[in-house]
Amino acid sequence: MSASARSEVKTTTCYMCACRCGIRVHLRDGEVRYIEGNPDHPLNRGVICAKGSSGIMKQVSPARLTRPLKRKRGSERGAGQFEAISWEEAFSLLEERLRKIRSTDPKKFALFTGRDQMQALTGLFARQFGTPNYAAHGGFCSVNMAAGMIYTIGGSFWEFGGPDLERARLFIMLGTAEDHHSNPLKIAISEFKRRGGRFVSVNPVRTGYSAIADEWVPIRPGTDGALLLALANELIAQGLYDREFVARYTNGGQLVVVDPHSPHHGLLAADEDADPVNPLYPQNQLWWDRHSNGPCLTHTPETDPFLFGDFTLPDGTHVRPAFQLLAERVAAYTPEWAEGVTGIPAATIRRLAHEMGVTARDEKIELPIAWTDCWGNEHQTITGNPVAFHAMRGLAAHSNGFHTVRALGILMSLLGTIDRPGGFRHKAPFPRGIPPAAKTPTGPEGVRPNTPLAGLALGWPGSPEDLFVDEHGEPVRIDKGFSWEHPLSVHGLMHNMITNAWRGDPYPIDTLFIFMANMAWNSTMNTVAVRKMLNDRGPDGEYKIPFIAVCDAFQSEMTAFADLVLPDTTYLERHDVMSMLDRPISEFDGPVDSVRIPVVPPLGECKPFQEVLIELGSRLGLPSFTNKDGSRKYRDYPDFIVRHETEPGSGIGFLAGWRGQDGKKSMLGEPNPDQWARYAENNCVFHYRLPPSYQYMRNWNRGYMQWAQRMRIRRWGDPILVHLYSEVLQKFRLAAEGKWPGRQPPERLRARVATYFDPLPFYYAPLEAQVTDPEKYPLAAITQRPMAMYHSWDSQNAWLRQIHGHNYLFVNPRSARAAGIADGAWIWVESPWGKVRCMCRYSEAVEPGTVWTWNAIGKQPGAWGLAPEANEARKGFLLNHLIADELPLEGGRTSNSDPVTGQAGWYDVRVRIYPADQKGVWPEFQTLNPVPGTRKAPLNWLAYVAGKRIER
Amino acid sequence: MTQLALVIDLNVCVGCQACVTSCKQWNTSGAAGYMSDDNPYGADPTGTFFNRVQTFEVGEFPNTETVHFPKSCLHCEEPPCVPVCPTGASYKRAEDGIVLVDYDKCIGCKYCSWACPYGAREIDEHQKVMKKCTLCVDRIYDPALPEKERKPACVLACPTSARIFGDIHDPDSQAARAIREQGGYALMPEWGTQPANHYLPRRRTEIRLHPDELERHDNPLKVDGLLPRPSPKDPALDDVTSW
Repeated sequence: MSASARSEVKTTTCYMCACRCGIRVHLRDGEVRYIEGNPDHPLNRGVICAKGSSGIMKQVSPARLTRPLKRKRGSERGAGQFEAISWEEAFSLLEERLRKIRSTDPKKFALFTGRDQMQALTGLFARQFGTPNYAAHGGFCSVNMAAGMIYTIGGSFWEFGGPDLERARLFIMLGTAEDHHSNPLKIAISEFKRRGGRFVSVNPVRTGYSAIADEWVPIRPGTDGALLLALANELIAQGLYDREFVARYTNGGQLVVVDPHSPHHGLLAADEDADPVNPLYPQNQLWWDRHSNGPCLTHTPETDPFLFGDFTLPDGTHVRPAFQLLAERVAAYTPEWAEGVTGIPAATIRRLAHEMGVTARDEKIELPIAWTDCWGNEHQTITGNPVAFHAMRGLAAHSNGFHTVRALGILMSLLGTIDRPGGFRHKAPFPRGIPPAAKTPTGPEGVRPNTPLAGLALGWPGSPEDLFVDEHGEPVRIDKGFSWEHPLSVHGLMHNMITNAWRGDPYPIDTLFIFMANMAWNSTMNTVAVRKMLNDRGPDGEYKIPFIAVCDAFQSEMTAFADLVLPDTTYLERHDVMSMLDRPISEFDGPVDSVRIPVVPPLGECKPFQEVLIELGSRLGLPSFTNKDGSRKYRDYPDFIVRHETEPGSGIGFLAGWRGQDGKKSMLGEPNPDQWARYAENNCVFHYRLPPSYQYMRNWNRGYMQWAQRMRIRRWGDPILVHLYSEVLQKFRLAAEGKWPGRQPPERLRARVATYFDPLPFYYAPLEAQVTDPEKYPLAAITQRPMAMYHSWDSQNAWLRQIHGHNYLFVNPRSARAAGIADGAWIWVESPWGKVRCMCRYSEAVEPGTVWTWNAIGKQPGAWGLAPEANEARKGFLLNHLIADELPLEGGRTSNSDPVTGQAGWYDVRVRIYPADQKGVWPEFQTLNPVPGTRKAPLNWLAYVAGKRIER
Repeated sequence: MTQLALVIDLNVCVGCQACVTSCKQWNTSGAAGYMSDDNPYGADPTGTFFNRVQTFEVGEFPNTETVHFPKSCLHCEEPPCVPVCPTGASYKRAEDGIVLVDYDKCIGCKYCSWACPYGAREIDEHQKVMKKCTLCVDRIYDPALPEKERKPACVLACPTSARIFGDIHDPDSQAARAIREQGGYALMPEWGTQPANHYLPRRRTEIRLHPDELERHDNPLKVDGLLPRPSPKDPALDDVTSW
């Protein structure tokens, strides 16, 4: 190492995946020498993963776009023929187009983004523009996990909450992708195992985390709901539920009207004379008091509800406690029944239920922390039942996932583990009311020219009145979000947006702006057809989607389809915020947010997408980005982050730390011009620790609620009871049955809504299974995400692609042999919707009814800066070609998604496999050429030494 | 005599490959670098790594174990790679037991890689010298680093703390204690190489339930009156005898 080398160390936040670890970047002569985990960062405490350690190769990737590009006149979309243009030309082009759309019909502009970590800004831009057609990738990722949990316990996993493995004794992990919340989860699992905790993994496949589980419980994909309901059945049958928790902190004791002829059937009985306290979240429901054997207002002092029974109110209304209805519901879901569905022996299901129930009951934690509940009762201790769960897309990415995830939330609640030590714990800004108060406009009148959208583009419907539909009950959004097809599509349906726009159903759009999502490849179902749609023209010779702009840091399959490509920066070249307004990195003990601060200058003409939005917002005169006189309000993105307040004088901004003129206020306070400097001095992270008495039982913790109100994290401080029974769902069902006084679904959707809006969780086979012949397609096909890759992102990374450069279909040897397939052979994998040719690899670590592969390893030849003959293109494949974006249901085309939330049913596809008589990956795609501004890849060899790279 | 080594805990290794690439990025720009990559963006890319994770399966479904097995130079106490080296480039340091290659003496003849039963050495096709794990010898003695960071890059990176670094001859070191107390074992001891690196085995935690743990006086079903209780009308001894 040369003594004259200039070395420096800067802190920022990683973005090799969405985990957001703190990093220290060592530079030598201005080049990145070493990226290490920041030991002073609360999220990763000094560790770093394979992706984070390979950030250097992202920085030097030949796939880096460096100049704005315009599709060459006369070239086809998808061919990847571009000419470089100036930023001014790019902005002028966009400005002119968008100004026209905004002044005529703003919904003809659609902005959809990938896992971008800046939804607060992108959402603000869309809202200010006035378009409802905005969403991030949640609909095709894990919205069932968010919606199923939030509509049940007011919080969810990963950013919003998680397992408290510090104090848990038993940890059950279901269907967790290996790249999610990766470093914190790895740290926690290893410490948990070292302490002797017991770790059970339920997953069709044994890789990654499951490899070190004490017990692997293989399960058939899409059947987790059956397992969870059977566990609930056994817990209730054995009396292994936490009765006190269920009675006081859930709606299990609340009385439900049971009278099929009544318009109130299935709603919670309420005392209409009593004060509901908050009409949005009324608190005048009834219990049947055990002591007086009569009805009383919920949580009346000195009362205790019956959880079982059948009662008649003085006015003659027939009622039952919600818990009674839950017990009746799960009664049929016996372990023996579940064995037939899941493939897990009934004895195993019973044993697991007993392990959970007995551990929760007998290994209680008592923390000497006094707290006061929302009803004024003082408690001297915090109790914990040390059984923790974690789950992700394995549960979520099925068309029955919403009810599966609800069943999980209910199981966790039966065990009394919500926001308690050793169980599930929330992270700020959660818990939220059920449902959260954010709402979309409710009809087409919410979209008007030159006017911001009259609500948020994404919200949380609480009843049919909150849907975003026209007078016929038909969708206003291009993705049909918040319509009767997918009423609770709280993250939108990005996976249907292109198909809908192409078809002009519900209407055609003009401009599609995509940020960082590979919608022409691995982020879309039915990939081959969607690529045709992107390139399809109407009878008038015009593209059906007239204009496509894409912002990305890398040349990809998607950028090839763009009319305009904007080169984004990498994470080491930009400012970013992990904001409380979006998905912060909070810890169990309090709010945490963080920032990125550039450690190297942008490559070429790269510009962060945030700057693009600020620039466009200023040029278009969007109110949030301009002064009253129409002049530009913010110099740049860092200036915007410091000075933007949600409303003038609200004191709420993107960053919660070092607010106020003197920088001494937290969470709330006037803008502080020195805020970035304070973050820079503090490892780019702000951590607010709540007093211990506010760290637990937050759904029902008066102290926490009052603090949250003071900090404007919440508008209301009402307790958030766990919805074992979902009155919200019942309101939609009543509408479908014609008993709801307000909005009702179109006729064709009545049966669908009535079926799936069940106020209690139930198991049904995924929609795809309902239209697939199980004899012909006997195998479930799923993907897993490897820990050393993030989506399609890292094939351009010279180090990571040596770990995952191509992929096999992993097949249990007994299934493979039955199909006459040898280990390593080329095979056909065929679903009702398509087929692929790929290589088979025997694996004993997959249940025989399932085949799987790593996600997004296969690439189009020439994409991602790779040589056309790269393994990714010649041996790597996508499962996406087998997955339909629409299913022949309800007499037509229906999104292959959860009927409640619109979650993409990625993991529902059924396949058959048979030997191929030819080698090579199929389908085949044309080779993409390098685009202007990308550098020639060193195809021979490279040796990276900071400050003096060697490339040949 | 000091013998530095890694003790790798297979009980917590999830195979994330953090050790693999953190090693690469530290060492390629470090004293043991560079670490080249052939065909970095083409077919069959292959580069130099001092540390790789092998994943394999044991047993048949459903009793399958998936094992992630990180492997690098084991810094043998009797390293077979040293005596075969014709130039003395391959050597074992007396002061800390680290096995190193002196690039200035190495002629790239590969004898050492043939002699190594663990396949832990990698020839650099461009510098034409043999390379391998140095236990980050350019980190662990660097006075410019804070004491707690004077560890190999892989050890600091490992998210599950599955890599314990220390002197296995010092009975009080965390590494020696782990080997002693957690069943640490060496690879292929029959070769007599006495590898300094050790591995800790998988450990299984079970919950043993007794049937009576399901029968409790405080069963909540009692509160709601749901535990089966015979009706007074059911037959009883009172009906048939008067003593």
